[in-house]
Amino acid sequence: MRITRIYWLFSAMSLVFTGAFTSTAYAEGWQPKKPVEFVIMAGKGGGADKMARLMQTIIEKHQLSSKPFIPVNKPGGSGAESLIYLKQKKGNDHVIMVTLNSFYTTPLRQPDLDVDISTFTPIGRMAEDTFLLWVHADTPIKSVDDFVKAVKAKGGDWIMAGTGKGQEDELLTNFLNIAYDLNMKYVPYKGGGRVAKELAGKHADSTVNNPSEQLGFYEAGNTRPLAAFTPQRLDLFKDAPTFKELGKNFVYFMQRSVVGAPGMSKEAEAYYRDVFARVYASEEWQQYMKKKSLQGGFLTGDKLKTYWAGEKANHKIMLKDIGEIK
Amino acid sequence: MDILALLADGFWVALQPQNLLLVVLGVTVGLFIGAMPGLGSVNGVAILLPMTFLVPPTGAIIFLGAIYYGAMYGGAISSIMLGIPGASTAVATTFDGRPMALQGNADRALVTAAIASFIGGTISVLLFTFFAPPLANVALAFSSPEEFSLMLLAFATFIGLGGDDIPKTLFSICIGLVMSSVGLDLISGQPRMIFFGLPGFFHGIHFLVLAIGIYGIGEILWTVESSKGGMKLSQATLTLRRIIQGIKTTKETFKATVMGSFLGYFVGILPAAGATPGSLMAYGVAKSLSKNPETFGKGNPNGVAAPEAANNAASTGSMLPMLTLGIPGSPTTAILLGGMVIWGLEPGPMLFVEHKSFVWGLIASLYVANLFALLINVAFIPAFVWVLKLPFTILAPIIFILCIVGGYAPTQDMHDVWLMLIFGVVAYLMRKLDYPMAPAVLAIVLGPLAETSLRQSLLISDGSFSVFFDRPIACVFMIIAIALFALPVLNLIKKRLMHKTHG
Amino acid sequence: MRTADLVMAIAMAFLSIALMWKSAELPIGWIPEEGPGGGAFPFWLSTGMLVCSIWIILRWIRRTSPPSRSSEPYMDKGSLVLFLIGAGALTAMVGSIHIIGVYGAIPLFLIFYMRVIGNHSWLMTTCLAVITPVVTFFFFEIALKITLPKGLTEPLFYPLYDMFL
Repeated sequence: MRITRIYWLFSAMSLVFTGAFTSTAYAEGWQPKKPVEFVIMAGKGGGADKMARLMQTIIEKHQLSSKPFIPVNKPGGSGAESLIYLKQKKGNDHVIMVTLNSFYTTPLRQPDLDVDISTFTPIGRMAEDTFLLWVHADTPIKSVDDFVKAVKAKGGDWIMAGTGKGQEDELLTNFLNIAYDLNMKYVPYKGGGRVAKELAGKHADSTVNNPSEQLGFYEAGNTRPLAAFTPQRLDLFKDAPTFKELGKNFVYFMQRSVVGAPGMSKEAEAYYRDVFARVYASEEWQQYMKKKSLQGGFLTGDKLKTYWAGEKANHKIMLKDIGEIK
Repeated sequence: MDILALLADGFWVALQPQNLLLVVLGVTVGLFIGAMPGLGSVNGVAILLPMTFLVPPTGAIIFLGAIYYGAMYGGAISSIMLGIPGASTAVATTFDGRPMALQGNADRALVTAAIASFIGGTISVLLFTFFAPPLANVALAFSSPEEFSLMLLAFATFIGLGGDDIPKTLFSICIGLVMSSVGLDLISGQPRMIFFGLPGFFHGIHFLVLAIGIYGIGEILWTVESSKGGMKLSQATLTLRRIIQGIKTTKETFKATVMGSFLGYFVGILPAAGATPGSLMAYGVAKSLSKNPETFGKGNPNGVAAPEAANNAASTGSMLPMLTLGIPGSPTTAILLGGMVIWGLEPGPMLFVEHKSFVWGLIASLYVANLFALLINVAFIPAFVWVLKLPFTILAPIIFILCIVGGYAPTQDMHDVWLMLIFGVVAYLMRKLDYPMAPAVLAIVLGPLAETSLRQSLLISDGSFSVFFDRPIACVFMIIAIALFALPVLNLIKKRLMHKTHG
Repeated sequence: MRTADLVMAIAMAFLSIALMWKSAELPIGWIPEEGPGGGAFPFWLSTGMLVCSIWIILRWIRRTSPPSRSSEPYMDKGSLVLFLIGAGALTAMVGSIHIIGVYGAIPLFLIFYMRVIGNHSWLMTTCLAVITPVVTFFFFEIALKITLPKGLTEPLFYPLYDMFL
């Protein structure tokens, strides 16, 4: 009977630290019956992961849901794993997912997956992350013109570091290569933080990082933004013109939206829409968006579906351009 | 000394009664999470992150730091007692910790591990305090070529770890490396080795799946068979005298501990490396420096002390690239990084300037957590040793259950549980034929880093290997690694020649 | 033991060939200016596995390794039975998780193992079979928030979630 003692210790401990989570009443109508699986399409520590965990924290802090949202990272195969997982959870009301642009590119690049993103339940677009072109602050490069000259001088040895092959960073690199007739070499690394560090350590010549990834080095005076892939200049980097101003009509965003499994019930869809609308409106989220220079309003329902369809069509063209798909 | 004053402030905060309570609670919780096979500091930190909105940020950091250290200590417990490394950082601890436990010296192994961890933590905090900013520059100078040469060095320090059967050892390394390549090929962005189109292979083969399969399921099957179902898992006795004896014997392991601490810290500050290669290299170096290397792997306390000191020192070290470069060296620091974002702190070179109190508060609380982890750990040793005395027919099914639940936890996919079961059974069958298993486990940990960094380097250099010799840090590592690889071969040739002349 | 060594080596040789074939889905050669292709790393290492397997077989023929000399049986009848019971019970348990969930499989496994192999008293067995899943539930699901698979027993847990979460 002595075994029981150590078990009691365990259970008593679990009780102690569950005490902190006890919570009370929420919105009317449909309620989750069990913890909600909050699938993250990327690995731990990346931009999507940080955002998902921030959302989870906001949900817990403001007690927006009666059951906890439990983050599960399924980064395999550039998100293929999580897309298949959601597809298999058809009709499940307790599985939702945070997506990024691999939501469009992965099904396009891997048609065998047989994933149709238009069947997924739209819950809410939480933000659009922006991209800028960065170089090291020690270089004399101050503008896109300088940049083009420097790259041309170095020929094929100019190194552009980015995250993943056939994904956002390579699409942008390819845009620059075509638009300015360059021949940069693209080297993929794992994660935007690592990419930012490669530039700060002068192992790469340029990057197309999100502001949140370069902010630390930018503030320390290590790196310099040259131009933004946005419609308007960003408040944080007033000196960096947009590519639109420079005569290249090119705008590119990274979507951060939450989707539900295909065939989710209307009631559950409404519930999650409400939860994430509140997350979006929360002070913490708004502050985070401002600090990280995030754009985009809250989008849901058919509008979100239309947005996805448009983005998917854009990505199809871009992927064809770099020869990733036929 | 500005730094000292800041550190003192940090300590003062960490020692507030309320914060001390958080430390004790955090360390205890961390200890239990870490002692479970399959769960590690990453689970503890991830789950408690949202909770940190309920307590003030300083309290939150202290709590998370306490869980982090508690889990690091806990990892050693499962390595020593069950022979299952709960995290990749604790693999090296099993090599000698497990044999010690089987010889009835579980308590000594646990005490050695705890004290080595404490010394490792202390040395690393001192190093961090006085050399953080210059070392941050070293981390910045580290890129793919350096990373690859470091991985090669880690492999090199491990030569001779396997059994005496050379083809079987090589086979084990190769199969581990092949398994590490399952999943996504980062360079071409394409999925590869997706067997039978199963989606579970997209995320690759997790280190824990292989480790729990081999050391958990395989080991218990082995024990069931060799003991005919009757024996106790390991004999262990515990008296106060034995603990004091254990503390006294730390003199023997002191050199290995200090060496492990320095090595672990320096490897830990290198981005992307983290604590795992650090602890493995510390073990390898301790073995090669030892006067009687043949006792390693058979229960030499130095083989417990060196890697344990190293992984604790490395976990402090890995805070450096996280804080200054925003690069997480391990999944745990990745989550901590997410926490910093939630608290509104921006990692980067400016953090040391703009948020001094946060940085030093974190360091001080890590240190306080380190001290309490030692005390609480030693206090729990009797309980752990007592568990080992349970009849094997009760322990075995419980360990099986822990393995299965623990194999499920990291990815939450039943696919991995099946894979783990298959690995366990196959590993058991192969072990009976003298196939060493440790090389495969090491290979699956270091493989992905080695392959990616090699290919990134070659991409940068247009496919030329000169990139590893043009860069000073990489070049030094490469030369040492090649020398280490060449040494046993030269010895072998020498032996053969001697044989011939004599024969 | 001698036969088992050969069988294992041959099985592993076939596994290596299968892995080589599988990794050849991506380019295995050297891409100019880029280095090795995506399939090169697994392909050449699988080749390494094959070479090692052949080496092991050669050593078996020349009887230079201990297992290839040993005349002891690989597994005697007693250990074979124990191995089959252990591995079989585990397989059955993992399989049953899909249907009756972790909380159904754990007690069944414990009851089987402790009664059939351990010969423990019913009291002891029942206690453990009840306490283990309860502790697992509180430790994993409530404290650590890791949802374990429940299979058909899922709805039984809704009231528990309402109470503790």
